[in-house]
Amino acid sequence: MNRLLALAASVAALATTPAMAQDIAITGATIATGDGSDPVENATVVVRGGRVVAAGSGVAVPAGVPALDGSGLWVTPGLFASITNLGLVDVDAVADSNDVNASDSPFGAALDVSPVINPKAQDFAYSRAGGVTRASVTPGAGASIFAGQGAIVDLGADYDAVRHPRAFQYVEMGERGAWLAGGSRTSAHALLRNALLEAGSFGDAAQLTGGSRTRGNQPGETIGLDSRFAPGADRSSDVLLTRFDAAALVPVVNGEQKLYIEVERASDILSALTLKDEFPQLDMVLVGATEGWLVADRIAAAGVPVIASALRDLPVSFEQLAATQSNVGRMVDAGVTVAIGGYDSSGDHPRGLPQMAGNMVALNRVPGATGLTWGEAFAAITSVPAAVAGLEGRVAVLAEGAHGDLVVWDGDPLETSSAPIRVYIDGVEQPLTNHQTRLRDRYRSLDESELPRAYEH
Amino acid sequence: MGRHLNRGGPTVLLAATAMALAGCSAASGSEEPATASSSATVDAPYASTYEAYPGVPTAIVGATIYDGTGGRIENGVVLFSGGEVVGIGGADLAIPADYTRVDGTGRFVTPGIIDIHSHLGDYPTPSVDAHSDGNEATSPTTPEVWAEHSVWPQDPGFSRALANGGITSLQILPGSANLMGGRSVTLKNVPSRTVQGMKFPGAPYSMKMACGENPKRVYGGRGRAPSTRMGNFAVNRETWIKAQEYAAEEEPDRDLAMETLAGVLNGEIMIQNHCYRADEMALVMSMADEFGYQVTAFHHAVESYKIADLLRDNDVCSAVWADWYGFKMEAYDAIPENAAMIHNQGACVVIHSDDENGIQRLNQEAAKAQADGRRMGIEIADADVISWITLNAARAMGIADMTGSLEAGKMADVVLWNGDPLSVYSRPEIVWIDGAMMYDMNDPAMRPVSDFELGQPGEGDVK
Repeated sequence: MNRLLALAASVAALATTPAMAQDIAITGATIATGDGSDPVENATVVVRGGRVVAAGSGVAVPAGVPALDGSGLWVTPGLFASITNLGLVDVDAVADSNDVNASDSPFGAALDVSPVINPKAQDFAYSRAGGVTRASVTPGAGASIFAGQGAIVDLGADYDAVRHPRAFQYVEMGERGAWLAGGSRTSAHALLRNALLEAGSFGDAAQLTGGSRTRGNQPGETIGLDSRFAPGADRSSDVLLTRFDAAALVPVVNGEQKLYIEVERASDILSALTLKDEFPQLDMVLVGATEGWLVADRIAAAGVPVIASALRDLPVSFEQLAATQSNVGRMVDAGVTVAIGGYDSSGDHPRGLPQMAGNMVALNRVPGATGLTWGEAFAAITSVPAAVAGLEGRVAVLAEGAHGDLVVWDGDPLETSSAPIRVYIDGVEQPLTNHQTRLRDRYRSLDESELPRAYEH
Repeated sequence: MGRHLNRGGPTVLLAATAMALAGCSAASGSEEPATASSSATVDAPYASTYEAYPGVPTAIVGATIYDGTGGRIENGVVLFSGGEVVGIGGADLAIPADYTRVDGTGRFVTPGIIDIHSHLGDYPTPSVDAHSDGNEATSPTTPEVWAEHSVWPQDPGFSRALANGGITSLQILPGSANLMGGRSVTLKNVPSRTVQGMKFPGAPYSMKMACGENPKRVYGGRGRAPSTRMGNFAVNRETWIKAQEYAAEEEPDRDLAMETLAGVLNGEIMIQNHCYRADEMALVMSMADEFGYQVTAFHHAVESYKIADLLRDNDVCSAVWADWYGFKMEAYDAIPENAAMIHNQGACVVIHSDDENGIQRLNQEAAKAQADGRRMGIEIADADVISWITLNAARAMGIADMTGSLEAGKMADVVLWNGDPLSVYSRPEIVWIDGAMMYDMNDPAMRPVSDFELGQPGEGDVK
């Protein structure tokens, strides 16, 4: 019926060698740009030189760009998965393979995931096959309320995954933060403030006054300087942070590095927001915010974006008593920028993001519930999380100049029955095979009359 | 009760389950049939006190019906009255005058959804240490514990499972720390002050077993057996030998653990066996042969696709997630096509949750598993997929003669969905349990609120 399906078999071959960005045009597809708008039928998307040129109806295919027939299919930007462990873990419960939590580390804020991300971890390939093309990767808080510095990655089948190292600092401030801080939220708050003050003093002494983290703001090229290696400065003896941790927090205090704060309870959210009064430069993002709907107006007024789990609806802890699936919709309605992200159970996975978003749409037909429109829901797993990560308009949206990450789906991407059939990152078509697909193919037949299944590969 | 005490545990068990297996000769092993049949609820300890709530004769008209047995009716009619399904058919099915009509136009009807693997109540929310009642992890074999003695009926999770998942029956299992974790309890998903008020009348017991990583990790970590997979089997086999000896005694002393195991050997108690890896499942089936019991279902059976033929030939169900994978070593080979590949070999599939969130979306999980099969060329009809979360679950819980499908005479456990239940965009609109309306999306008064949530932020919210 269409060339897209017919050509699918050639993808694996492409991926084994470093591939050049292709010029791509897909016509006649239902296209969702990820910007919050509704999907457009019979539309065209054009990618050249790894960048989106145009997407929508009435878009002409430039001469020389091969056009693929996308009729019956959907085309979207790649999904942006927030707050993942991608590349930090092979198997969660196999400690040797798990670099998420550094529970016995002498460091906290100084921890940096960027040199340890392994793009060959199966989760990369598995998530890519689910349409995830960009993600934030965060350490978990192990020995300190400061989990350390997260990175932004692309999920291309190569070793060049880290696009933005040290993109944010992550701090735990709820029940877990209280536990890590020594048993009380009071200690977590004292530790956080002390750390920011120490970092500020250190930054002043070291004359780290700004502009230190990033050089060159071209999309995809913001390889930040590492504040930890800034010129040394004398410090007073009355310090809690190691020099490395203090240095790592300097860009946070200066507002050059985002501070992700995990809080769930409404009162904890408000306490977190007041940090901006004390440290005006903070560029905060709230993570969790399960009770955010109770104080949505205040979050909106503070202009602080949120990364929230979509489907929490149980009082899992005393900081989540008001949990409801309507949390995201109510915050969005109040004017909060909300990305869907976060993974609660063993079954939650970046490639489950479309299902989470789809459930937000389902809420629109539940009286009393607040959901999202289809466009809002899809934006909450594409352009919005990209914007929260500081990449607005640059990734996870089909807008002119954005990275050419495309996913071709066999149906409505939010529907349980749909899946990607092609994935492009920066205009390069990606393999969709992985350990799981190989097992599927091996055990398609159980016939061992000639040889064991081990010879099927 | 007294007479049964003299005769030891297995007889008590028989009395408890005789009603469940009414008409089944396996239950007639009781040598006192009069007692077994007439006073089972008296003799069964902690007996169910559940009685159906009042309902009105109801006709759901004009909906697409999945009957749970693989049947599908467009523009159909479902009749129920007196707590039972009275009839199911097409638009021409006569509707008695006294029936209240519910408009099913554009909607779908399924049997009540059943979760074969839940820990609601024994690992309730809030998930605080004081609520951690699912694993008696003090000995690798604890057949003596009963999950019902841990269930907190005020777990808010029950109401979420009802309202968002259409769950009408569920099996609460002990956790998987132990090789033999104890007895399960099957519940009707009705709010109740007591667990007895939720117990599914006549449902047989199951015993939870677990192989693989968990038992050997929990006990090996304490420097005691089992610390290896071979240790798992050795401890199991030694325990089964003792159980065989106990079961052979004429008048054994009461022994709660042995009563449960003897019940398994007698075929009165089913086995729900947590087991991920294909090779271990095969060994467990051989162990069952060695001691003469039947594994009813392997739970979390992420590698069933590798031995689906063996599972089919041994008549063992696989209770699986749609796509959980990778969180532990024995889940590394989990694939999303598992359910479809098991089904394709003719073996029994049940989609389970093991999760207070997943239980709210078993319909979506089944739909994903179906679609993953379709993409590899395995076409499974929607109506058959619905059986994965209804009748197949009921079969593997021993309650299929009472619920799990929309057939005349069965319990009127019914969900009216506001769209195709295999779509992410659909939700339960009305849920009936034994013909009583227990949830109505359109009526906030028909949304149960647990004691725990009263006076709390978000009380009575849509959740």
